[in-house]
Amino acid sequence: MSPDPAFTPEQQQEQPMSATPSDGPADVRVSPTAAATRSASDAAAAEQVGSGHSMSVKDVDAYYGETHAIRGVSIEYRANEVTAMIGPSGCGKSTLLRCLNRMHEEIPGARARGQILLDDTDIYGPGVDVVSVRRAIGMVFQKPNPFPTMSIFDNVAAGLKLNGVKGVDMKERVEKSLRGAGLWDEVKDRLSSPGVGLSGGQQQRLCIARTIAVEPRIVLMDEPCSALDPIATLKVEDLIHELKRDYTIVIVTHNMQQAARVADTTAFFLLGDMVEHTKTEDIFSNPQDSRTEEYVTGKFG
Amino acid sequence: MDAGAARLDTADRSSFERSASARRADPLFRGGLTVLAGLVLVLLAFFFVFLIVKARPALAHQGVFSFVFSNDWNPSKDVFGAWPLLAGTLITSAIAMVIGVPVAVATALFITELCPVRLRQPLTILVELLAAVPSVVYGLWGVFVLIPKLRGTESSFADSLHVLPFVGGNVAGPNYFIAGLLLAIMILPIVSAISREVISTVPAEHKEAALALGATRWEMIRIAVLPYSRSGITGAALLGLGRAVGETIAVVLVIGNSTVVGKQIFDQGYSLAAVIANEFGEAANDPLHAGALIAAGLLLFVLTLIINGVARALVVRAERRQGTRLPPPTVTAAAMADPEVTAA
Amino acid sequence: MSSTSSASLLLAPVSGRRRTTDRLMRGILLAGTVIALIPLVLVVYYLFSRGLKGMTASGFFTTDPTGNFLGNPGGVKSAILGTLEIVALAAVIAIPVGIGVALYLVEFGKKTIFAQFVRYFIDVMTGVPSIVFGLFIYITLVTTKIGGSFTGWKGSLALALLMLPVVTRSAEVVLILVPESLREAALALGVPRWKVTMKIVLPTALPGLITGSLLAVARGMGETAPLLFTSATVFGTTYNLGDRMNSLPAQIFADISQPKDDIVNRAWASALTLVLLILAITLIARLAARRSRVS
Ligand SMILES: Nc1ncnc2c1ncn2[C@@H]1O[C@H](COP(=O)(O)OP(=O)(O)O)[C@@H](O)[C@H]1O
Ligand SMILES: [Mg+2]
Repeated sequence: MSPDPAFTPEQQQEQPMSATPSDGPADVRVSPTAAATRSASDAAAAEQVGSGHSMSVKDVDAYYGETHAIRGVSIEYRANEVTAMIGPSGCGKSTLLRCLNRMHEEIPGARARGQILLDDTDIYGPGVDVVSVRRAIGMVFQKPNPFPTMSIFDNVAAGLKLNGVKGVDMKERVEKSLRGAGLWDEVKDRLSSPGVGLSGGQQQRLCIARTIAVEPRIVLMDEPCSALDPIATLKVEDLIHELKRDYTIVIVTHNMQQAARVADTTAFFLLGDMVEHTKTEDIFSNPQDSRTEEYVTGKFG
Repeated sequence: MDAGAARLDTADRSSFERSASARRADPLFRGGLTVLAGLVLVLLAFFFVFLIVKARPALAHQGVFSFVFSNDWNPSKDVFGAWPLLAGTLITSAIAMVIGVPVAVATALFITELCPVRLRQPLTILVELLAAVPSVVYGLWGVFVLIPKLRGTESSFADSLHVLPFVGGNVAGPNYFIAGLLLAIMILPIVSAISREVISTVPAEHKEAALALGATRWEMIRIAVLPYSRSGITGAALLGLGRAVGETIAVVLVIGNSTVVGKQIFDQGYSLAAVIANEFGEAANDPLHAGALIAAGLLLFVLTLIINGVARALVVRAERRQGTRLPPPTVTAAAMADPEVTAA
Repeated sequence: MSSTSSASLLLAPVSGRRRTTDRLMRGILLAGTVIALIPLVLVVYYLFSRGLKGMTASGFFTTDPTGNFLGNPGGVKSAILGTLEIVALAAVIAIPVGIGVALYLVEFGKKTIFAQFVRYFIDVMTGVPSIVFGLFIYITLVTTKIGGSFTGWKGSLALALLMLPVVTRSAEVVLILVPESLREAALALGVPRWKVTMKIVLPTALPGLITGSLLAVARGMGETAPLLFTSATVFGTTYNLGDRMNSLPAQIFADISQPKDDIVNRAWASALTLVLLILAITLIARLAARRSRVS
């Protein structure tokens, strides 16, 4: 883990990125940083196998048409840590999360500007393929969304099949992912039954298994427990602790207790701005900003 | 206010109704509308029975099985084996499906999943315009444009690809293929519109799940969109088939009206609907012949009932999932209630 | 953490095969859309290039077909007027009945078995070939010589049967959209159900009802097959729906089989006229739909 000064503000340079929305202005400019560091990052990636990866967001703005949902946010997500993003509903947590694997641009009229690095590679850089970005940065959604037409096995295998994994290899990978998601013992006898037949908590863990099956570098989670009961929530939270060994995790939650339970660091957002990002203990016990304090003490939100 | 109204719904509403001044007007209103709805059913049943009654003499004369399956339609000799007609209906409809359904589904997928949002509505309207063209106009176009302009292409196709089944030999001017092609164009807007409705019911969360796994657009369509909408698209295709089977005027103009079953797709033929339109004039003074035509209509009716019954069941399954009814299988009306089109 | 074969790259590129398949399939879907639009372009092109001349010829709108094979074939006045008359009567029958049935389904029937039954058969009716509706009227009203043999109003009845399910289905769709709270609020004030329906539900849904009805009219206007056995064809103009009555589709159908350029040109001109009529109605329907969007 690199001991970089994660919480000092970044030097903020104008760095437009190509968000390639289907009909927005194609705001492409060659990013010198990305081009220069490409080969270096490849070498670094080779060395880093076995450890996690970090992400850094630099001065990102995100829009829905005219709505300015994220306002110049910069934030670091450190390798093999869980970073929680909290804040009142509508403050832009999901929007920022979706910028991290370029899902934001799937919404018609939505666009983003700024720079987001996975290790040293700008994921919005020129020549970067969104498909490979999303394979490298997996996402778990708020509502469990297993493919309704697929069995448990096929759900986990879906991403693997796309990448040409077959046969015994596939079986092993599916089992490994289900074990990784703490679901194997519960479903090993009914792998061919429909994924939507599982309970909500199991479905969410199935979605986590599906996400980690393709071995992403980063796992993003958007309020993964908000549709679950307390016991299922606890299971997913335990799972997040487990996953931290292999993955860098970014989790959006509106539940401060959850952030306190699972996150190493927590960032507080308000109205599209990031107000404060620091160690989780500190944000709850010793917030620097008065707005953070008001929020964590329940004065609003 | 909403919540209050909803609460009224359960317990209090009936008492409010009872307290209403016009105690007799309400049951009358309700009864009238119910009777109206019932009358439509009665009328449909009446027509069906009457059709059977009128077809019966001819069916008794020929025998039901022989009417459907014997290959000899010769009204001047009072022989009514409708197989050449049924075969023509099936052949032309099959050609229409083979050509029309893939194009329609491709169009539906392109409009819902690939094209820029601002092109959705214009494209939808354009495809829908195909449905605004009356069948007699398609027939006119078929007779004076398609038949002469496609003759050469058909010939070279027949010569070079004669290894294919049902291809090869002389190309007749009017033929099964031309009729099938016209039908393909005519079913395209319906199949496309209903497919579009069905595809747009695929929840965004499934599509996002696929994309977030690192699927390409096409892979997203393949793993999230198509499996989910398969039964609905099949239903759409079947509704198109029902339409193709029943189409009369366009077909009668370009199929050649020959009672000999063709050996290949460029031969002349006939269809159930075409024979009715074509021969009913001469049959006016020949009750047996008229009966046979009515029997052909009955056969057509039953055929479309079965096809549409299955199609509806499939589309209804898609509706259930969506939680609302899909709009009518008339393209124009479908687009009218398309939330995407209306919201744009 | 084990890794895929190309783990040395942080953002492993998508395999060439996948990329190619994606491009190919997008290309195919685009091609399908283009192919779907070709017939539209061609039909419109031929309608204008072959029909415009005849349409602007003198007497096209103002004279009836002469029936002479040699010499001047005449215009299509009787056919245009006949179409308007037949379709108007059909609309007068189909729209109130269709909306009535839809009202029953939405306001009273709801999920009852009878209502589901009605819904099912209305759906079935949308799938019945138009020629079969013509046959229905033919065997019940024409061969029995009720009120004459071939008459305009019988054509209207056949078209009304065909339009009815379209009206009902589209009306049902818009009536369901009328917020339940609106009805409940009025009922809670003690307004009787029938008054709520007539004074609140129908006016609220009006633009949508107009759209659906006009689309049904547009659909009926282009139909030929049901008219062949019911109103038939005739040369002269008549304003009496109790007579045989000409119509544009039937006139076009008759003209196509005449091997004479004048008459074929008249068919193209009539076809263009018919399509423009239908488009005009469709356009009005769309405008009505737009109004409902505003509210
Ligand atoms: N699809 C969308 N279209 C337009 N605006 C949106 C969309 N999604 C979110 N927004 C707006 O962006 C802002 C941030 O939303 P979001 O990121 O979902 O907030 P959070 O996840 O923190 O609740 C909100 O003001 C919201 O209204
Ligand atoms: Mg959110």
